[in-house]
Amino acid sequence: MATRDLPALGGHPEGFAGSMRTDRWWIEPVLTVLVLGAFGVYATWAAFQGNHYYADPYLSPFYSPLIFVDSAAAVPGGAPEHHAWFGGHWPAWWPAFLPHSPAFFILAFPGAFRFTCYYYRKAYYRAFTGSPPGCAVVPTAKSRRYKGETAWLLFQNLHRYAMFFAVLFIPILGYDALLSFWKGGLPWDGGQFGIGVGSLVLTINVILLGGYTFGCHSFRHLIGGKDDCMSCGKATMRLKLWKRVTILNMKHQNFAWFSLFWVGFTDVYVRLVSQGIWTDLNTWG
Amino acid sequence: MDVNEIQTIEHDVVVIGAGGAGLRAAIECSAQGMNTGLIMKSLLGKAHTVMAEGGMAAALGNADSRDHWKIHFRDTMRGGKFLNVWRMAELHAREAPDRVNELEEWGAVFDRTKDGLINQRNFGGHRYPRLAHVGDRTGLELIRTLQDHGIHQGIHTHMECTALELLKDGDKIAGVAAYWRDTGRFVLLKCKAVILATGGAGKAWRVTSNSWEYTGDGLAMAYDAGAELMDVEFTQFHPTGMVWPLSVRGILVTEGVRGDGGILKNSEGKRFMFDYIPERFAPETADSEEEAARWLEGAEGARRPPELLTRDVVARAITAEVKAGRGSPHGGAFLDIASRRPAEFIKRKLPSMYHQFMELAEVDITKEPMEVGPTLHYFMGGIRVDAESQQTRVPGLFACGECAAGLHGANRLGGNSLSDLIVFGQRAGMGATEYVRANPGSVAPDHDAVKEAFRRATAPLNRESGESPYALHDELQDTMGANVGIVRVEEELKKGIDDVAAIQKRAETVKAHGSSQYNPGWNQALSLRSLLVSAEAVARAALMRQESRGAHTRLDYEGERDEWLDYNVVIRKSKDGSMDVEKVKRPEPDAELKRIALSELEPLEEEVTAERAKTREVADV
Amino acid sequence: MSEQRTFRVWRGDKDGGEFATYETKVDPGMVVLDVIHRIQAEQANDLAVRWNCKAGKCGSCSMEINGKPRLSCMTRMNVFAPGETITLQPVKTFPLIRDLVTDVSWNYEQNQRVRPFKPKPRGADGKMRMYQEDVDRVQEFRKCIECYLCQNVCHVLRDRDGKAAFTGPRFLLRLASLEMHPLDDDDRIPEIKDEFGSGMCNITKCCTDVCPEHIKITDNAIIPLKERVVDRYYDPLKKLFRVFTGSK
Repeated sequence: MATRDLPALGGHPEGFAGSMRTDRWWIEPVLTVLVLGAFGVYATWAAFQGNHYYADPYLSPFYSPLIFVDSAAAVPGGAPEHHAWFGGHWPAWWPAFLPHSPAFFILAFPGAFRFTCYYYRKAYYRAFTGSPPGCAVVPTAKSRRYKGETAWLLFQNLHRYAMFFAVLFIPILGYDALLSFWKGGLPWDGGQFGIGVGSLVLTINVILLGGYTFGCHSFRHLIGGKDDCMSCGKATMRLKLWKRVTILNMKHQNFAWFSLFWVGFTDVYVRLVSQGIWTDLNTWG
Repeated sequence: MDVNEIQTIEHDVVVIGAGGAGLRAAIECSAQGMNTGLIMKSLLGKAHTVMAEGGMAAALGNADSRDHWKIHFRDTMRGGKFLNVWRMAELHAREAPDRVNELEEWGAVFDRTKDGLINQRNFGGHRYPRLAHVGDRTGLELIRTLQDHGIHQGIHTHMECTALELLKDGDKIAGVAAYWRDTGRFVLLKCKAVILATGGAGKAWRVTSNSWEYTGDGLAMAYDAGAELMDVEFTQFHPTGMVWPLSVRGILVTEGVRGDGGILKNSEGKRFMFDYIPERFAPETADSEEEAARWLEGAEGARRPPELLTRDVVARAITAEVKAGRGSPHGGAFLDIASRRPAEFIKRKLPSMYHQFMELAEVDITKEPMEVGPTLHYFMGGIRVDAESQQTRVPGLFACGECAAGLHGANRLGGNSLSDLIVFGQRAGMGATEYVRANPGSVAPDHDAVKEAFRRATAPLNRESGESPYALHDELQDTMGANVGIVRVEEELKKGIDDVAAIQKRAETVKAHGSSQYNPGWNQALSLRSLLVSAEAVARAALMRQESRGAHTRLDYEGERDEWLDYNVVIRKSKDGSMDVEKVKRPEPDAELKRIALSELEPLEEEVTAERAKTREVADV
Repeated sequence: MSEQRTFRVWRGDKDGGEFATYETKVDPGMVVLDVIHRIQAEQANDLAVRWNCKAGKCGSCSMEINGKPRLSCMTRMNVFAPGETITLQPVKTFPLIRDLVTDVSWNYEQNQRVRPFKPKPRGADGKMRMYQEDVDRVQEFRKCIECYLCQNVCHVLRDRDGKAAFTGPRFLLRLASLEMHPLDDDDRIPEIKDEFGSGMCNITKCCTDVCPEHIKITDNAIIPLKERVVDRYYDPLKKLFRVFTGSK
C-alpha cells in the first residue's frame, strides 16, 4: 500500500505545513498559541506575586484553597490567617528562592487537569506541536518516529487522577463564591450579607469551572460510560448522570475556553480591587 | 485472444451483485460450504441497498402482538393487486421474521421497543406497524450487517468487477465473463451456478431514485442466457422523490415521513389525499383529518391516513394535482411534517432526511414542508424464477432480490423489499447450493463464447469514432420519461419501442475514448446494452398489458380488468434474437392461500388470534 | 442563474499526473459531483470518479475539494465564492488508481481484522433484549457510511506512515460499536490497545471535523475507548486493586 516513499500522487504539497486548503486554517492554531501562551504567562506571574489575591470577601481562585498563609510577613492584599487550612505559619522547608505564595500549593492541580485534558491536548498538539496544525495540512514537526500517545505521552492516561483533584476544587471554589456574599466572614462570624460585582464574578467562575470539570471525558466515562448497559431498561441514576455529563461534554471546548478566560479574569478582578485600582460595586458601600 | 491467457478464477457459485440479496445469498452459499465468489460493480458496502430508508417488513409482532404472517401475506397480495406469485408471497411472510432476527444475531442494531425488542413502524399498505427499522437508514444497517458478517464467512469478494455476459456449457451455466473496472482487464469466472442479484434498471429513466448501477445488467444477462422476464411492466414510481434542486431530482424521500405523520398538501394548502381514496381501500382508510390524527396517536379503531395508501395511488394523486395546476413551485406536492411533529422528534426519527434536505436543498424539514414528486423507484418485475429455489429456467442460473420477479406482483409495499432481499437471498443461496450438489460433473464455458464476449466489450474502445455513450443514455432517458412513464398510452408506448430500437441500432457504433483503465465512458458504453434490453422489455410488456393494475397505469385501458388477473406478461429471447412477448396463464393458486388473501380483515384477525391462543395452550401443556 | 466556472482537476495515475483545467457551466443547486459528471459527459469522457448514490449515503465519492476532504455529492457549488477556482484532487492517503479514484482496499483489510459480533446467549424467552437508551451510542457509530474521509484526513495515516501501527478512526469507530454493544460478549480491549493502536491517536479531531455523517468520532468513540484502555492498563489504583482482589 501507499508508503511515504512514493511521491504525492494527487498533487498534494508535501512541504512544511503544506496544504491545498484555501481557507485560513492557520487562524485557529495561532489563536490557541496566543491565548494559551498569554494565560500561561499571566498565571505564572500572578502565582509568583503572592499578594493582592484577597479583597474581602473575595478570594482569587488562583490561590484557593489557601493551605498556608504567611502571617509573619505583612502581605498586601493577603488573606487573614483564619482563611488558611493550616494557619499562618509558613512551612520552614520552603525553598528560599521561591516567594511565599500560597498559589504554589494548589495551582499544579488545575494545571495538570487542563494539561492532560482531552480537549486541550487536541488544541496544543495542533497549535504548539503542529501535529497536525490543521486538518489535511502537513504536520510541521514531521518526525517519522511518530508514536502518538504510546510512548512518553503515556502519562496523559493519568488524566482521571487530575480530574479527581479538579473535582475537589469545585466545592472549594463554590464555598469561596458563597463566602463572597458575606463581607467579614459568615453570619455566625459576624459577617454581613451583601452582593458585589465580585460576588458575581466568583459565582460565574465556579459555574464555568464546574461546567468544564463535570464535562470531562474521564468523568463521563467513570460516571457511566464505561458500562455498555447503562439503563438495561430501567431509569438508572448512572444513565441520568451520564446524559447530563454528555451535554456538558459536547460543550467541553467552549467550557474549556470560557472557564480559562474567566478564572484568569477573576484573579485580575480580585487583584485590581485589592490594589484599589478597581472599585468593586457592591451593597456594602 | 487466447482464452487460456485470461485471468481465470474458479468458484462453485458466483453471486453477481453485493446488495442485500447478493450478500445474503453469498453468506448462505458460503455457510453451506460452497466456494463462493461475490462480484460487484462498486466497492463492498456501497450497493444501492444503503439507500433503503424505511425498514424491513416482518410480522414479528413486537410493536403490535396481533400481527401474523397471514396478515402480512394478505397485505402483500392486496398491495400487489393479486398478481404476486402466491407461494413467494407466502414464503416471504412466513420467513421474514426469522431472517430479521438472524440479522440481530449478526450485529444489526435496530431501534427498540420499550421492552427492548426490535421496534416496528407503520408503513403504507401494512395493517400493523411491521417495519423493523433503524431511524431512516435501515438499508445501511442491513448492508453493513451482512457485509461485516459475510467477510468472516470465507466469501471471496471481487470489488469493482463488472459482469459482461453469462457463459454456458450446453444449456447449463458455466461461468461469467467480467472485467475489473480499475484496470480494465478481463476475468473469466468459472462456476457451476450463478446467482443474479443485480437490482432493477431505473437508470433508463432520468427521474429515478436509483444509482448508476441500476442498468438492468442482470435482466439483460439472464435474457441473453435464455431465461425469462416477467411482469416488467410494473415499474414502481415512488410518490415522494425530491424535485428540487434539479441535480438531485428523484432522490428518495422515505415513506417513513408519512408513516410518522407527514401529510401531503397542494399549492392551495389542501390535504388532497382524501380525494383519491380508491374504493377497495375505503373501508380501511380514514375519511377525516380527525380520524387520521387519532390513528397517529395509536387509537384503537381509527383507520390509517390516506397518505399511507399504496405507492401507486399516492404517486398518481400527486401527478394529478400537478396536472391540475395545484403543484408546488417546482412541480411536485408539499410534504409537511414540520407542522405535525416537534423538531426533536423529526431529527430523531428521520435524521438522514433532515440531513439530506438541509445539505442538498437547504430546506429545514423541521420548519418547512418538502417539495416532492414521483420518482422511478423499483422494478416489481424481473427474472422469472421458481418460488422455492429462485432458479430460472436456465439450469444453474438463479436470481433474487429486485432483479427477480414474483413477490410483489403489480405493486410492492414499502418495507417488503428489504425483507425480500434476505428471504429470497437466503433461498437462492440454498437453491444454488442444492443445484451444485446435485450436479457434480464439471462444466466449462465455451471458448468461442468467451472470446466473443470480450471482443464485444472491447469494441467501443477500438472503434475509430462513434457516438457518445452519454448522449445515447440521455436520449434513452428522454424517451422513457416521455413515453413509458407513470401514465401510459398505446401510441406513446409504440413510440417508445421505436425510439429504443433506434437507439439500440446506434449503440452498436458507440465510441469510448481513452484507455480501459477506470474509464467511466467505456463503462457507460457497456451498460447501454443492458439498459436498452430492459427498456425495451418494459415498453413491450406495458403495451401488451391492456389494463391498469398496480404500478402499471394505461390511460387507454383504465381500471383493473378481470381477464388480466390470470395472466403474466413473459418475455424471452427468440431464436432470431428478437424479443418475444407472451401473455402466459398463471397457475391456479393454493386454495388455502387464496382464502387468506381474499378474506375480510376481521375474520382473519379472529382466526389468527384463535390460532395463537391454541399454540399458547399447547405450549402451556 | 447558471454561470461559467473554472475547475482544476487532477488527471493522472500511479506514474504521475497534472492538473487539467476545465471551464464549465454550473446551474443553481448543483453539487461538485454534478459538475464532474458534466465535465465527463461534455469534455472528458474518461475522467475517472467513483460514485454511487449521489445522496451522501454510500460514501463513494470522497475527494479533496480545495484541499478539504469532502464528499463531492454533498458539496454544493454555492459554498464557494463567486468566481473562485475549484481544485479537485484524489484523497491523499490511499494509492491513486486514476484521476480522482484511489485504491481504498487497505480499509477493507482493516475491517477483516475486526472480529465479528459475538452475541450473548438469548434470554429464556428466546429474545435478544437491549434498550434504546443503551444502543443510542452504538447506533451513532453505525451511521458510518465508510467514505474513509476520516482515514484520509488522519495525520497518522496521511503523513506519518502509521498504517502498520494504527487502524484509523473508521475502525476504532467500528470497534467501539462492538465494544459498547450491550450484547457483545467479547473482550476487545487488549487488541484495541495493542493491535489497532488506540494510543496512536492524538485526538486532534480532524476525523470528527470531516465526518459527513457528523459522527462525534473522537468524543464518543475513540476517547471512551481510550478510557476503557486506561481502566485496564494505565490506572495504577485499579491495577493495585486487581492485584489484591485477584480479579481481571
